[in-house]
Amino acid sequence: MYRYDEFDRTLVAERVQQFRGQVARRLSGELSEVEFKPLRLMNGLYLQLHAYMLRVAIPYGTLSAVQLRMLAHIARRYDKGYGHFTTRQNVQFNWPKLADVPDILEELATVEMHAIQTSGNCIRNVTADQYAGAAADEIEDPRIYSEIIRQWSTLHPEFSFLPRKFKIAVTGAANDRAAVRLHDIGLQMRRNLKGEAGFEVIVGGGQGRTPVIGKTIRSFLPKRHLLSYLEAILRVYNQLGRRDNLYKARIKILVNETGAQEFARLVEAEWAEIKHGALALPGEELARIEAYFAPPLYEPLDAVAPQFEARKREDPDFARWVQTNLAAHRQPGYAIVNVSLKPVGGVPGDASAEEMEALAGFAERYSFGEIRVTHEQNLVLPHVRLSDVPALWAALKAAGLATANIGLLSDIIACPGLDYCNLANARAIPVAQRISTRFGDLKRQHDIGGLKIKISGCINACGHHHVGEIGILGVDKKGEEFYQITLGGSADENAALGKIIGPAFSYDAVVDAVETIVETYLDVRQTGEGFNDSLARVGLTPFKEKLYAAH
Amino acid sequence: MTLKVVTANRLGDGDVVYLTAEGAWSPWLEEARASDDEAQQATLLTIAERAVTARLVVEPYLMPVTEEAGARRALSQREKIRARGPTVRRDLGKQAEPGRQEEFRRDV
Repeated sequence: MYRYDEFDRTLVAERVQQFRGQVARRLSGELSEVEFKPLRLMNGLYLQLHAYMLRVAIPYGTLSAVQLRMLAHIARRYDKGYGHFTTRQNVQFNWPKLADVPDILEELATVEMHAIQTSGNCIRNVTADQYAGAAADEIEDPRIYSEIIRQWSTLHPEFSFLPRKFKIAVTGAANDRAAVRLHDIGLQMRRNLKGEAGFEVIVGGGQGRTPVIGKTIRSFLPKRHLLSYLEAILRVYNQLGRRDNLYKARIKILVNETGAQEFARLVEAEWAEIKHGALALPGEELARIEAYFAPPLYEPLDAVAPQFEARKREDPDFARWVQTNLAAHRQPGYAIVNVSLKPVGGVPGDASAEEMEALAGFAERYSFGEIRVTHEQNLVLPHVRLSDVPALWAALKAAGLATANIGLLSDIIACPGLDYCNLANARAIPVAQRISTRFGDLKRQHDIGGLKIKISGCINACGHHHVGEIGILGVDKKGEEFYQITLGGSADENAALGKIIGPAFSYDAVVDAVETIVETYLDVRQTGEGFNDSLARVGLTPFKEKLYAAH
Repeated sequence: MTLKVVTANRLGDGDVVYLTAEGAWSPWLEEARASDDEAQQATLLTIAERAVTARLVVEPYLMPVTEEAGARRALSQREKIRARGPTVRRDLGKQAEPGRQEEFRRDV
């Protein structure tokens, strides 16, 4: 993992002291709320419905066991015993007191954590494939480049007041688990004809009220030019992006209005001026950062572990969990283990202090002390020996963390919604809970197969509803919660936006509507066909007919 | 004329509070001063703005309520949830205060 150097340490420590002074001046009256609000937001501190909310950065979703234990400690000492993992791979605490926040940040700094770049119109915390460094389908570890971007973007003076927030995602694998086509900039690692690794550069993706799939403006960017090319994109955006209208300020609007081809031309022209300047990445610097992400000391193992295979044959519960929650590891004899934060009827993404501590322990014992956070609001133990998997499963089960539903219907993304969020129009979490309870029988879910449901409580789309196979958007109709359903979205390498199926459903009716959609899919699907494939073949009509037949 | 109260968040912890007839801030909606007179509502908001300057609360605003059979309730779903706490965690927020669980069971 990356370790802070003296610059990082100084920067974070100084920031904590600055914020301590700012909070003191706010409480003494030297700073008004108008003056203080942008300062607290620069430190990840929001005011939500019931209390302040502190968003802590987890750069590219990588955590150590020591850091996870610290999050548990913060949850217990300063909050109400839990944290919420978000679709940006971050963690949020829902109940901190203003006067405590400097202490929280100081404690976080002791484990190299902070809340910088979690708010404001800057380049936000970089996200990446949660299987980075472990995935069998990976060209190179995307965290190396995510960390380089992190160092370049943190407090970048030219890009601290962009027209709007700016999100960058990186994946090193062909199977996109980082939703790179739905970010302001997405970087997809590719090989050129010579076999060299570089990046496909995608710009102008995003969700919110104007969902757009990003457009490729460069099919191959050599690694050494990564920062100069990003700088060129940001310069074009910073200069031409709209500042007159909050809803038209994201880069996706600029790219759409300019046209991707013309936008690419502007970027290339800017890049030509700076590509051989100070931002070119020398080989030794790449190697230095790469060394931080060196693989752990794997044991040489056989690809097949007999006791693991035997356990799968003997125990159908274990076999089911393996089928959904394990992913292929690049190292023979190892597996990537997903830990679902979506127990049946639970709050998606919430973890109690006890659960965090248990997982920190499992990570130390079974996964070289490493944990990952996924944008689908689950956690990952990235490097587990296959022969340890049965013991880990038993331990997870005892801690209530062995739900076998990764990628299934109840593995629902849900934003905090109207239960917590100041921007929400409707609740999202209880809709997720009711769907998960309705389909609570895991055997039924395994029979249905992979199905992605994503729920947002407002048009800002933190719950990624546009890219759910079944997307649910909460709206307010005369003070009542209604839910608009879209079908056919996807966040992966086949990124697609869902289509609205028809009039919205009431809070009481939305779960029945989801069940009707699922039943219709089961009726029409051919053997082995996923939800979006069936939908592409039969169209929306059969679903509409079933949903609105009684109306 | 719409019956309204002034609500805000307390500066120190962000807790939801309501302006009372005495000019104090209560965590309980039923203790708020409600008025259906626009001039009176403007006065309440002025008092609230002074509390912002005095660093007691932030972001005050007028919010419509109803009164039926002596029970005062917020109108919008947002304000109902602000008045009680997250509906998905009944152990948190105002609804979890001793003696208050029964009252919020029926709501939302």
